[in-house]
Amino acid sequence: MTTARRVQDALFWALLTVLLALFLFIFFWMFVSSFKPNLLITSDPPVWFFKPTLEHYVEVFRQNPFVKYLLNSLIIAITSVGLSLVIGLPAAYSIAKHKQTSLALALLVVRMLPGITFLVPLFIVYKRFGLLDTYSGVVITHILTVLPLIMWVMIGFFEDVPSELLDAALIDGCSQLGTMIRIMIPLSLPGITAVAILSFISSWNNFIFVLILGGSKTMTLPLAVYGFLAYGQVNWGALCAAAAVVTVPVLLLALVVQRYLAGGLTMGAIKG
Amino acid sequence: MQQQARSRSQHTGLLRRVFALIDRRLALILPAPAVIVIALLMGYPFVYTLMLSVQRVDVTLTRFSFVGAANLVKVLLEDDRFRNAVWVTLYFSVASLLLELALAMIMALVLNRTFRGLSVIRTLFLLPLVATPTATSVIWLIMMEPSIGILNYFLELLRLPPSLWVASPTTVIPSLVWINAWHGVPFVMLILLAGLRSLPREPFEAARIDGASKLQEFVQITLPLLKPAIVVAMLFRAIDTLKVFDVIWIMTRGGPGRKSETLHVYSYLTAFEFYELGYGSAVILVFMGIILVISIVLIRLRQRAWL
Repeated sequence: MTTARRVQDALFWALLTVLLALFLFIFFWMFVSSFKPNLLITSDPPVWFFKPTLEHYVEVFRQNPFVKYLLNSLIIAITSVGLSLVIGLPAAYSIAKHKQTSLALALLVVRMLPGITFLVPLFIVYKRFGLLDTYSGVVITHILTVLPLIMWVMIGFFEDVPSELLDAALIDGCSQLGTMIRIMIPLSLPGITAVAILSFISSWNNFIFVLILGGSKTMTLPLAVYGFLAYGQVNWGALCAAAAVVTVPVLLLALVVQRYLAGGLTMGAIKG
Repeated sequence: MQQQARSRSQHTGLLRRVFALIDRRLALILPAPAVIVIALLMGYPFVYTLMLSVQRVDVTLTRFSFVGAANLVKVLLEDDRFRNAVWVTLYFSVASLLLELALAMIMALVLNRTFRGLSVIRTLFLLPLVATPTATSVIWLIMMEPSIGILNYFLELLRLPPSLWVASPTTVIPSLVWINAWHGVPFVMLILLAGLRSLPREPFEAARIDGASKLQEFVQITLPLLKPAIVVAMLFRAIDTLKVFDVIWIMTRGGPGRKSETLHVYSYLTAFEFYELGYGSAVILVFMGIILVISIVLIRLRQRAWL
């Protein structure tokens, strides 16, 4: 019995190791390559041990306004998430509480459509009104993806707050609006944190909106990495360093809030 | 809040009435901003796209001429490139979903036990889900480089022939399917794991008493009970997979020889590389139609699976 148990355990850990390697090797390789001297980076067979260098990171930040791209990414993500929370939370509360299912269904449809379905008209309108390559223009498009995501996930969270609590507040003379602000929002704070982080990540990762409607002024990090690939000579070390700069904040964010993340990710899917 | 409102109302009865009115109409007022924003940002462009699809638009965006249904007819009946895109999208999506389901099921079954470090490992598996696709695509591209990429080095270690990965017409879709699955598997795994954790115990105990094997147990009890979770996971992943653009655009731009030119890539090309905004709108409209039809079918399936 115990030997069978031990074999089973060994198998489990072996399988787990293989799976982890399969899914995480790329991150390992990205970091290793970003610290590898240029001479060794294309060697075949690959070199595993070397003296790490920061030259690629220096190149990324010295020869390109990467700090500006980083700030652009931050500004656009924070603004679009903030605005979406302000208009999305009351709407999600209302849909959850008043069972406005037709609105929920419309929301699902909106979530399914890819961004490109709105981009041709937006491109024409933006061009006419000089909104191409402006922060407000890009933020507006990011709201298009962030707002439905926030509402969809939050409907699920709001439905989970027991309605007895709300009724009690109403009976005690609290107004409807007061109930939402004083009871519903504080109780759903973990959910709101999760969805804010999820939508921040989705905005941070977005590529196509800035590709079409952005430009040098609103260049975000994903576009900057793409620029390295498309226009520069292919410099693997710098490419890996640039990719690391984009990915690290998101990975760190995911690790810090992992407790909420899994809930936020599955909430919108399992419920509703 | 109530007290403040009351003290204020002594000064202005009007303000109080306004508050009361807002409170009574809250079901209309709360969703209003979101509805307006979505209608403006999506409804208006949608109508605009409809209008553009019956026009020819000049590259300078100054001359618009009416062509009626000619664009749509051309997309549906004469455009070989569009037809190719439909097949590529279908191949890419179906292969992605099958691979994701298989991998995620294995992972969920492996993780469906309690052990020290479970939450750490589960978090590590979530990282591909949040990683920026643009950045990871670039790294995959480096790893899949045919002559000195690390993946071919691994194949060599395993005594397997090297692959051209995304550079060859036959392996380009399988390579992209793997990358898409790599991004999507964690999500499917999370949902399946949640499903597995909530399964009732009795059927399994009964099966064990009846002497069922592990495989029988899985096929005849676990799978049917997990069906709702599987349908939901596949629904969301199908939608996401139809929408994939970043990965394909960065790795292949639809090549080699249009072998990875999905509907999304083709839509982008016609509208924003060839600048045929009228014809591009017609392509996008058909793309949108396809997504909506598939979504409705999937939603129906989901509702039935839940009953």
